[in-house]
Amino acid sequence: MGNEAPGAAATAPDVDYRAVQQSDSFLQLKKRHRSFVFPVLVACLVWYFAYVLLAMFAHDFMSTPVFGHVNVAMLLGLAQIVTTFAVTTWYVSFANRRLDPLASEIRESVGSHSASAPEEVAR
Amino acid sequence: MSIVFAADAAAPASSPGNPWLNIGIFALFVAITMVIVFRASRNNKTASDYYAAGRSFTGGQNGAAIAGDYLSAASFLGIVGAIAITGYDGFMYSIGFLVAWLVALLLVAELLRNTGRFTMADVLSFRLKQTPVRVAAAITTLVVCFFYLLAQMAGAGGLVSLLLGVTDTLGQSLVITVVGALMIVYVLIGGMKGTTWVQIIKAVLLIAGAAVMTVWVLALHGFDFSALLEKATEVAENPAILDPGLKYGVSDITKVDFISLGLALVLGTAALPHVLMRFYTVPTAKEARKSVVWAIWLIGIFYVFTLVLGYGAAALVGPAVIAAAPGGANSAAPLLANALGGPLLLGLISAIAFATILAVVAGLTITAAASFAHDIYASVVKKGKPAAGAEVKVARRTVVVIGVIAIIGGIGANGQNVAFLVALAFAVAASANLPTIVYSLYWKRFTTKGALWSMYGGLGSAIILIAFSPVVSGSETSMLKTDAIDFAWFPLSNPGIVSIPLAFLLGWLGTMLDKGTEDPAKEAEMEVRALTGIGAEGATQH
Repeated sequence: MGNEAPGAAATAPDVDYRAVQQSDSFLQLKKRHRSFVFPVLVACLVWYFAYVLLAMFAHDFMSTPVFGHVNVAMLLGLAQIVTTFAVTTWYVSFANRRLDPLASEIRESVGSHSASAPEEVAR
Repeated sequence: MSIVFAADAAAPASSPGNPWLNIGIFALFVAITMVIVFRASRNNKTASDYYAAGRSFTGGQNGAAIAGDYLSAASFLGIVGAIAITGYDGFMYSIGFLVAWLVALLLVAELLRNTGRFTMADVLSFRLKQTPVRVAAAITTLVVCFFYLLAQMAGAGGLVSLLLGVTDTLGQSLVITVVGALMIVYVLIGGMKGTTWVQIIKAVLLIAGAAVMTVWVLALHGFDFSALLEKATEVAENPAILDPGLKYGVSDITKVDFISLGLALVLGTAALPHVLMRFYTVPTAKEARKSVVWAIWLIGIFYVFTLVLGYGAAALVGPAVIAAAPGGANSAAPLLANALGGPLLLGLISAIAFATILAVVAGLTITAAASFAHDIYASVVKKGKPAAGAEVKVARRTVVVIGVIAIIGGIGANGQNVAFLVALAFAVAASANLPTIVYSLYWKRFTTKGALWSMYGGLGSAIILIAFSPVVSGSETSMLKTDAIDFAWFPLSNPGIVSIPLAFLLGWLGTMLDKGTEDPAKEAEMEVRALTGIGAEGATQH
């Protein structure tokens, strides 16, 4: 095949990828993955740009002191860090529960064991 | 009181601290890491060993290495300096640099690990036409690495002038040459494994050093963050350093400029070739996920430290003193260390800053070398069939060439704020790479023409806009250092807001206008492998 990728793993098992792609379990995996990552990422980006726009165009609001010299801008900035941590934790737990079991099921159904040890639990 | 006095004493243009102490501590770091690199390099036989460390690192180790790779001199010297001088606006860099990791975690890391082997181009060319896409991806990789290298080397120059009191160009150039030469040795001998260990050690030292300084600064203010902020506004004689907008809020142009910067920061991370390459050093996609999680925690905590350190430098050293010091804003963190713990802490923190630059530069160099040797030499020139061992040999030679280019570029790029230069690298990465990465992982219809239009269009527009921006010409503070030459018709310093949407648009348009279609079997293979990990290359057995 002229389009063969030298980057592809040489050890790839003989798999009918088009059949797997059409299989119910793969379609379900794909749907679960996309219906998590797309909305969550869009929400995070909207939240981030809302923060940037506030910082640039709502100067008085951002400068409002909340306690002592700590103002709204300071708290919203730290909130960005906290939400990043929270989304990270949420995704990992989602992937462990909803994606990994399905992915390893598909892997086993085509007889590929090269990729990962499914029993292992991510932190 | 003695602290304020020490800071005042550091104000003259001479270097604070003891240059020989600084050199001694740094030499110790080099000696220790060199031993580790030698020990780690015993198994560097195959391309998989040299580029991807045999895929033998755990998620935790790789997470620390990613933090070590990512927390560059820009994060440490640049952001602390930016907060100390421009206040809150500096902190907004931190936020962008961190939130960006969600793009990497959610969209890219695991799928990339499952489909590629060594380089970004492996993934981009997986289901498209090999030669043109691979060459384009290799070119964007090399350009992004070059911009990033320049920023790091500029940081090295500024640091040197502060620490060693070397103010003449010749002396600074000599030290940049030493840093470059050391980096070449690490990468040449250690390959990815050695580079990774240098990054892990550096990440631990950097985060620990920042933590110690953070606690110290807070302790001096009764662990009252508000009291620290109050002191900072008093010393700066400017309460506005607590509010956003001191640097970017002055006009509508600068406001749009910041939005442009924010876009580049948040979309650039997941398109940085040297970050992407780190995902190949772990055995599975699951470990890749774990490494991103580790990296996000380490990087996020570090950026909280930078907030305290930045305002700490404003409170204990003072923006005026920092701005007047050799090295300017980039010297805020070392000056703060001197104000806190005197010459010994200054020496330690400076050694860590040097280590930071060294580790990041090493990571960039191996990425660029891998891209040239694997994508251009082995895959395109030798049509995927290089002689045994030839690819790694070419990679090693490339390391030397890139090292020399980095040294020359670093000598040329002294003086700019490091965080700012890195932001340009992010803009180029987000424009040239991200659209093609996202399209090829998520859009079935995507074609070769779309990839080429997007990559060359994104790269070209980003670079052209930078060349005609106020960064390059038109003022005393521009790269040309004169207001006599002015061809800055593009008003923004950051091109992202134009070049990133343009690259996405070109990718879509190129695909729509492409009469040919790609091989559906390859498309199916890529999609299935990306999500399930079937056929992904595991760890090398020794």
